[in-house]
Amino acid sequence: MRLRTAIASRARSHSGENPEAMKVKDEEKKMHSIISRYAFIKREQTWRFEWSDIPGGVAIAKALRTWSLSIAGILVFLLLWQATANSIDTSLGQFPGPVQVWTQVQNLADEHQRENERRVEFFERQETRNAELLAQDPNAEIRVRPYTGRPTFLDQIQTSLMTVGFGFAIAMLIAIPLGILCGLSETLYSAVNPIIQLFKPVSPLAWLPLVTMVVSALYVSESPMFEKSFITSAITVALCCLWPTVINTTVGVASVDKDLINVSRVICLPTHMHIRKIVLPSAIPLIFTGMRLSLATGWMVLIAAEMLAQNPGLGKFIWDEFQNGSSDSLGRIMVAVLVIGFIGLILDKLMLALQRRVSWDKQTVLR
Amino acid sequence: MQGYLEISKVGIEFNTESGNFRALQDVNLKVEKGEFISLIGHSGCGKSTVLNILAGLYQATEGGVILDGKEVNAPSPDRAVVFQNHALLPWLTVYENVELGVKQVFKDRKSKAEMAEWIDHNLALVHITHAKHKRPHEISGGMKQRVGIARCLAMQPKVLLMDEPFGALDALTRAHLQDSVMEIHAQLGTTVVMITHDVDEAVLLSDRIVMMSNGPAATIGEILSVTLPRPRNRLALAEDPDFVHARQQVLQFLYDKHKFPGAKAA
Ligand SMILES: Nc1ncnc2c1ncn2[C@@H]1O[C@H](COP(=O)(O)OP(=O)(O)OP(=O)(O)O)[C@@H](O)[C@H]1O
Ligand SMILES: [Mg+2]
Repeated sequence: MRLRTAIASRARSHSGENPEAMKVKDEEKKMHSIISRYAFIKREQTWRFEWSDIPGGVAIAKALRTWSLSIAGILVFLLLWQATANSIDTSLGQFPGPVQVWTQVQNLADEHQRENERRVEFFERQETRNAELLAQDPNAEIRVRPYTGRPTFLDQIQTSLMTVGFGFAIAMLIAIPLGILCGLSETLYSAVNPIIQLFKPVSPLAWLPLVTMVVSALYVSESPMFEKSFITSAITVALCCLWPTVINTTVGVASVDKDLINVSRVICLPTHMHIRKIVLPSAIPLIFTGMRLSLATGWMVLIAAEMLAQNPGLGKFIWDEFQNGSSDSLGRIMVAVLVIGFIGLILDKLMLALQRRVSWDKQTVLR
Repeated sequence: MQGYLEISKVGIEFNTESGNFRALQDVNLKVEKGEFISLIGHSGCGKSTVLNILAGLYQATEGGVILDGKEVNAPSPDRAVVFQNHALLPWLTVYENVELGVKQVFKDRKSKAEMAEWIDHNLALVHITHAKHKRPHEISGGMKQRVGIARCLAMQPKVLLMDEPFGALDALTRAHLQDSVMEIHAQLGTTVVMITHDVDEAVLLSDRIVMMSNGPAATIGEILSVTLPRPRNRLALAEDPDFVHARQQVLQFLYDKHKFPGAKAA
């Protein structure tokens, strides 16, 4: 700093004479090189770590920043939660804070472990019994019974995931083709649109009794592949998560660039090629927007449906705990709440990953 | 006498929200095989509408178009269109964009290898071979337009229709593409109908310049034959009296006899 002022004052003092001015400029240049060298040395002496010095450093710094912010956010949330929880008393005891919830996580894991051991023992016992029977009488009738223990928390999660997956799959098998047709044909759209608008806002709880009765009446087979309750939940999920995909697919298909449609017309692409080569790639981003909305809706709907219909799954787990009314119940319900949220998040991330794989446009930022 | 491409008594009326709008009335034009026609006129006069009727993308309200003895009533690769904004499919590579049309047109006539060779040939024709595996967003505007032309040429159209093909390009790129188009026209003898706003471009490229009057109910005002010998060289022509005269006539038509409709009100 001091060096710079020195140069500046010298330059000022000499600026009157013209030939001198040139010399000053030269000198200034020299000084500059000295300054920069000095700065370099100084920088080496008090060496400070800069993220930009290492390859990919900027990206790492950015990631660290986001992560640290997320962690800070979570910590604040946990503190607030604990503080609020301490001051809420319910008839089932104090509202669970993070610590109690963590205890319940461990309890639930232990229960699952124990249940698993019991299951293994059951089958071992059955096998030895059957072996004994056979040893006594080779023609003995042996029975293999399934294990009928209480489903654990993890079992319930698995059931819920299967149900939502199945329901979502049914919904997509209907919604995407329907959306494509509605987007292609204005006539069909005009015919179908009122129905879509009518059913879109219907709550799953309204569908449930109807679906339950219809499934009981129609789904009758000797050895059903799926439980009735499974089908009921899945269909309820499907009925509620159809609409976002239908609507978004329709919009995506209807808004294909007019020039591209003209290209297709000039080339005389047959309809199936037109859909495959022009319509679908254009509509993919909106189709995925719809699918993500649908999956999120489906997951929410499922929990409500399971709760109301007493169909196996996370919803039933919550309801059972609520009915149980032990001092641990609220903590266990809170575990379920967190797990539901976490699974919802993972499902959305999965859809996003799928979109990245399928989409031709690798440049847009997907969120 | 019957032309190769014949537009007779074509008129079109659009149904708009504010009632019917007559865009074209009584358009007549005969085009010889191998001829290069430019359509010029003020913005909104109906040039694109004429081209879309030729392409079969619009249906004329009255009159009709006959190409090579057959009536035009639907789009077909026979009348390939180069669009102003390239209209390449962004999810396909340059090669695949051209391939889409080729597969459709030659599906029973060429083997796979022949098709590949034909596509490469057409890419070479517009000097774009080096970018054949790139996506449209990876190449420049001029290159995109070249691909658009290759896509059309590869379908071996009877008429090549171009709607302001170089409108969105800078002057230098435009000159390059004009040279390419002249080269291709000389080599293949394709019949071309091109819309342009650029008087120099019209004179340089065309055998005849079709000047359209202003809408509504626009029609063909004058037709100017450009008899400059080919091959034409833009540098040599710049001072050529015939070139200058032709240019003068077009300008006269556009800015004197048929002022831009917006200019009248002002
Ligand atoms: N599909 C349509 N529906 C209603 N009106 C239309 C339609 N297409 C064109 N027009 C009208 O017809 C007239 C001619 O349009 P056109 O696009 O052919 O003009 P143009 O000469 O190509 O203009 P530009 O040079 O700006 O491209 C315009 O007034 C336009 O508003
Ligand atoms: Mg136009």
